[in-house]
Amino acid sequence: MADKVLMKGNEAIAEAAIRAGCRHYFGYPITPQTEIAAYMAKRMPKIGGVFLQAESEIAAINMVYGVAAAGLRVMTSSSSPGISLKSEGLSYLAGADLPSLVVNVQRGGPGLGGIQPSQSDYFQATKGGGHGDFRMIVLAPSSVQEMAELTVKGFALADTYRMTAMILADGTMGQMMEPVALDDLPVTPMPEKPWAVTGTGMKRPHNVVNSLFLSPEKLEETNFERYDRYRVIEEKETMYEEYRMEDAEICIAAFGIAARVSKNAIDEARAMGIKVGMIRPITLWPFPKAPFRRAAEQVKEVISVELSMGQMIEDVRLATECRVPVTLCNRVGGMIPSPEQVLDAILKAAKNGGKEA
Amino acid sequence: MSTTKFLFSGFGGQGILFVGKLMAYKGLTEDKQVSWLPSYGPEMRGGTASCSVIVSDTPVGSPIVSNPDVLVAMNLPSLDRFESAVVPGGVIFADSSLIARDIERTDVRLVKIPATQMASDNGTPTLANMILLGKILKELGQFDVEKVEAALKKVISAKRADMLEVNLKAMQLGADYEA
Repeated sequence: MADKVLMKGNEAIAEAAIRAGCRHYFGYPITPQTEIAAYMAKRMPKIGGVFLQAESEIAAINMVYGVAAAGLRVMTSSSSPGISLKSEGLSYLAGADLPSLVVNVQRGGPGLGGIQPSQSDYFQATKGGGHGDFRMIVLAPSSVQEMAELTVKGFALADTYRMTAMILADGTMGQMMEPVALDDLPVTPMPEKPWAVTGTGMKRPHNVVNSLFLSPEKLEETNFERYDRYRVIEEKETMYEEYRMEDAEICIAAFGIAARVSKNAIDEARAMGIKVGMIRPITLWPFPKAPFRRAAEQVKEVISVELSMGQMIEDVRLATECRVPVTLCNRVGGMIPSPEQVLDAILKAAKNGGKEA
Repeated sequence: MSTTKFLFSGFGGQGILFVGKLMAYKGLTEDKQVSWLPSYGPEMRGGTASCSVIVSDTPVGSPIVSNPDVLVAMNLPSLDRFESAVVPGGVIFADSSLIARDIERTDVRLVKIPATQMASDNGTPTLANMILLGKILKELGQFDVEKVEAALKKVISAKRADMLEVNLKAMQLGADYEA
């Protein structure tokens, strides 16, 4: 067994990024993700990397654009209000087909909101990262180990598909410490990037990185091409975990910290003889539709446990094609559902037999 | 198979997060599943700091401890706030130098130790947390000097190896304390 160390989720992301070959970090401090920047500030100068605290979130994301265009692994991190500021840059990165890793350690919103954990940027991450037709690969870690693993994975996916991969965590995942094994992270070497703007050496034509296409025909073509790539991602890169689903009659849908809380409730309900399981999406985009489609044939109710007013629930309803009732169990504003609250929802579903109350 | 849920709470600066981390590391060195989650927020400056620690034989679900088996209260506001949350049959450790009152609950056990006073008398006023931790481990039947030292080595950097001895002594002081 690899040697394990105790690390905060935020620190695990930073260390994993360095191990993945990221040598450029640009950011602007905001709770609850500042440990990422602090870790980078300490480590990058020692390994010949760049840590730069930008004058704003907008500056940071545009610095990411610059390094990504030069073909290097690069990242930024922020929390909810800061990600909103970055959304223009996220759209430009998509328009220019540039790979990058962006971390959102979510806090309660909207507006300046609060600093406690939240999952209310689900829509923003999976559907509305900025203007225009584009997607980001959205990865939702549920442990500190996954914070590290999905960071490494995120860089690889970003490079493979020339797009932004986003780690969508929350304040709890960022602040908590758990044992993490860093030695066996599945780091992949960076692929060739013949499109990068690295100087022609007078040996090849200029590469151009740009998101402006004034010809509608050409712009349409880039959109079509991008969505062809997205279809490949949906086929090949969807990730999820099933927990005690074999004989489940009730299904919990939850990711990140909500999945951790739900596990406690599921184990308690199982001890009471209630057949309940969980589907935990690890990629929020692409959303794991297949396991939910299967669940719709098997269970009498799906309960979506979220730290939002009900955002992922829409994807759960689409995936189950409304064949079973899908109900919401939630807290918001920085509050976290307790295992007891989730257990109550399970008990209610068991009693109502799938009829919406 | 067992799971112990700890809640450490006190003033910011008393080393609450540190002892929580040490407890988690001790679990880790014993191949247990562990988690550590601090309260974070504006209340930390000069206010109450707390952290949830879970040490378990099975994977940890929620890292949030709402109902601790063991409450460690290093100041009165912590006891006032969390006394009612302790599970029946649980234990409350209180720094009696700073907490004058006893507990109101009759279904939990109270262990009092004047850790802050003892730390001051020992010439190490910043190590009340370690004295308390020594007592906690002793009461839980987990005060094994070798294991404690192994955990300490994980938390204290090699550059500050001189601190190891001092911390161990403070813990021993706590472990040896009898009311």
